[in-house]
Amino acid sequence: MSLARDRTVQGLTLALGVMLIVAALVPSWIVNQLLFGFSRAIAVLGLMVLWRTRLVSFGHALYFGLGAYTVALIERYAQVSDAFVLLAAAALLSTVVGFLIGFIVRRYRDIFFAMLNLAFSMILYGILVKTEALGSTDGFTIEAPTYAGIAFEDASQGKLALLCLLLVVGWACAVGVQAYLRSTLGRLTTAIGDNEIRVEYLGYSAEKAIHIKYVLSTFLAGLGGGFMALALGQVDPDSMVNWTASGELVFVTILSGPGSVAAPFIGSFVFEILRTYAFEWMPHAWQMIVGGTLLVIIFFVPGGLWALVARVAERLFGARAGAGPAAAGTGR
Amino acid sequence: MPPPILDVRNLHKNFGAVTAASNINVSFAPGETVGIIGANGAGKTTFVNMITGYLKPTRGAILYRSREITGMPPRAIARLGICRSFQVSQVFVSLSVLENLLTAVAIAESPGLGMLRPLRRPELIARAEGIMERYRIAAYRDHLASDLSQGARKLLDIAMAVVGKPRILLLDEPTSGISTEEKQPLMDVVMDALRQDELTVLFIEHDMEIVERYVDRVLAFYQGEIICDAPPAEALRDPKVLEFVIGAEYQPEPGAGHA
Amino acid sequence: METALTILLDGLVFSSYLFIVSLGLTIIFGVMKILNVTHGSFYAWGAYTAAFLIGLAANAGWPDWAGFGIIFVAAILVGLVLGLLLERGILQFMYQRDEVLIVLATFGSFLVLEDVILLVFGVNPYFAFQPMQLLGAVELGGIARDTYGLTLIGLAVVLAAGSWLALKRTHWGKLLSAVIFDRELSMAMGLNVSRVYIVTFVLGAILGALGGAYIAPTVSVAPGFGVDVIVLSFAVVVIGGMGSVPGAMIGALAVGIVRALAVHKFPQFELFVIYAVMAVVLVFRPEGLFAPVKARKI
Repeated sequence: MSLARDRTVQGLTLALGVMLIVAALVPSWIVNQLLFGFSRAIAVLGLMVLWRTRLVSFGHALYFGLGAYTVALIERYAQVSDAFVLLAAAALLSTVVGFLIGFIVRRYRDIFFAMLNLAFSMILYGILVKTEALGSTDGFTIEAPTYAGIAFEDASQGKLALLCLLLVVGWACAVGVQAYLRSTLGRLTTAIGDNEIRVEYLGYSAEKAIHIKYVLSTFLAGLGGGFMALALGQVDPDSMVNWTASGELVFVTILSGPGSVAAPFIGSFVFEILRTYAFEWMPHAWQMIVGGTLLVIIFFVPGGLWALVARVAERLFGARAGAGPAAAGTGR
Repeated sequence: MPPPILDVRNLHKNFGAVTAASNINVSFAPGETVGIIGANGAGKTTFVNMITGYLKPTRGAILYRSREITGMPPRAIARLGICRSFQVSQVFVSLSVLENLLTAVAIAESPGLGMLRPLRRPELIARAEGIMERYRIAAYRDHLASDLSQGARKLLDIAMAVVGKPRILLLDEPTSGISTEEKQPLMDVVMDALRQDELTVLFIEHDMEIVERYVDRVLAFYQGEIICDAPPAEALRDPKVLEFVIGAEYQPEPGAGHA
Repeated sequence: METALTILLDGLVFSSYLFIVSLGLTIIFGVMKILNVTHGSFYAWGAYTAAFLIGLAANAGWPDWAGFGIIFVAAILVGLVLGLLLERGILQFMYQRDEVLIVLATFGSFLVLEDVILLVFGVNPYFAFQPMQLLGAVELGGIARDTYGLTLIGLAVVLAAGSWLALKRTHWGKLLSAVIFDRELSMAMGLNVSRVYIVTFVLGAILGALGGAYIAPTVSVAPGFGVDVIVLSFAVVVIGGMGSVPGAMIGALAVGIVRALAVHKFPQFELFVIYAVMAVVLVFRPEGLFAPVKARKI
């Protein structure tokens, strides 16, 4: 079955069309929510791939932050304002770092994998916080970027342009990951999570497969971080590199569920809306909501929001909206 | 005499103070079917683990088609042509039977960049379905591996092992965990399927009736050493084997041999 | 030299503080194989409870030295209540699940408990300075040092000796050591692992709370109190070896002295150097420097 006939890809393409229209029509505060949510979603997409192999990184804020800071620093010190260049640089740097660190982390599993990533991310955090030239604890502000030479005078128009770019890039990432997951290497994701020994005995190096997965996730995290920086207009270590930022990414990954490449987008958007409202109505209960939701999901809905959505869709449309019989295998 | 397909020389394995294998010298000709017997802890699985690369021998050499493979990792040895099944079936429980086999086929046939192509391609599916037919598990095609009965899982495990078109197949207790009535039918399916490929088959087995029925040659292990290497009729009457492996009550069938 | 002494003392004080907090974490990991993120909550709750009660006591006219007793009472109270709540309410249902999932559950619990602090204690900081003020200062090497900070070292030594003795000499200690060494074997021998888990977890919670309670008089206890210490204690436990008490000591010493060095000589490395050590240990010796020897499973 070619990619063009894959149901998920068709759904995603339809969603892209719809979202582009919606983006043009909704008020700017929703545009912002979509910007933050979907930037994070791209990073979560990468974490989801790792989660399906039963690997959780407590340190992906390293790459998210690297992407964000690359955008900030290049804009500030190299005077480059083009969004495409900035984002490409963000993704490139994270991927290179991820490739190198990947040699080390690919040998670890379970809690050691999680902690090693955490350690690396805290190293970056420590460096950023203590270095003046890198903004220290305050970070940097970022000016609105240009898009292939076009500058938007009106800030909300600029944000809309960014959102359109984000939607297209997000769609491309989701389709790309879907193609990856349908490939042999991608199906190995679940296989390795199930039984690494068997994979080795079939003749393939599980570590190599994990390395590839890891690099994919760092690419996505860096890209997401770059978008987040542009969307927020600022970067700072505490919200983007600290272990709490990694924790947030992990939370959204679990919240979304591993069932489909569309899941991170839904989960991230819900997270963003929830956060805005929670802060408005109950500013001192946000962490409780996150923690409570995490516990509820772990105990009662291991497939996350996507599992719920799929169940509802099944009732309404009578067909499986998920990616296949074995897609919801993680979270055991 | 054609050269042995597998030649094991002076193999030793120590785990600290424990000797799991000592002075193993044995070779195998292409096409043989060999039964490996011995009490638990006698060194049978250690032997298999060393041949397939899971363990590194402390001393000694293993030659496959005259080439030294001692100490190579399992994935390299599998690619060279030595595959195995496991005492506890090692399958991908979250995937369907078809996908289990597809994964095996894809890895065997298109390593490297080929791994980026979709898993569900017609040529791979055709091959996987062929194997499923031969191993009589086609009925479970779309069932998750975790839903399979013990017997079906074993068959899947063995089927995955032969996907790579190995020349040597090691089966670790293929009938363990299977009820007595089902053992023979299972082995019939397996041996039938294997016969089509002209493999050298070594299997570890505790059930002497199975051993008698299917093998040309028996290797008996005791405390890390081979204490007998003979055709089944002889081996199953050997006093050492009777004492250390079987327990003297076993009466082999008259005229026992390769079925 | 003044600076060398300062670094040493600062390092020892910080190490002691880290050791007290990490001791509970490493015992819980050693026995239950759980990396307990909620440890940060025990720490924060211990601090808040102690600060709150000391404040109450001071207002009620109690003498300043009562603060010391209150610290221990607060720690035991928090450890018992929160420890039991968490173990019986959440953890006991998760033991057969993925260990990473359990860590995520403890992370969720940590987040919930952080906000409950706000509900119970409010958002304003607490200053319970009485015990610290009581002990005043002592002059060492020409500089006045807080005596209170120095007693931290004493507490750490007492706890270290006490836990070593308890593990080696008491019945319970030997049970704990057995489970740390090999859980399955212990169960097969008839050990009531469930009860061991409860005791371990509550004990670990009390120790975590003690860390927070004891440090409360030296700082202003405010929201977000537990957040930084969590990752630091992870680093200590990883470096020393998860499940090893001597390891926690060495890990705490290593982190404490290295950090003191960094703070005084190379301030830009202060944060990053601890995690660099953690990363190095994880890469070269993931079990940690002093991991309990595991039986070889052939």
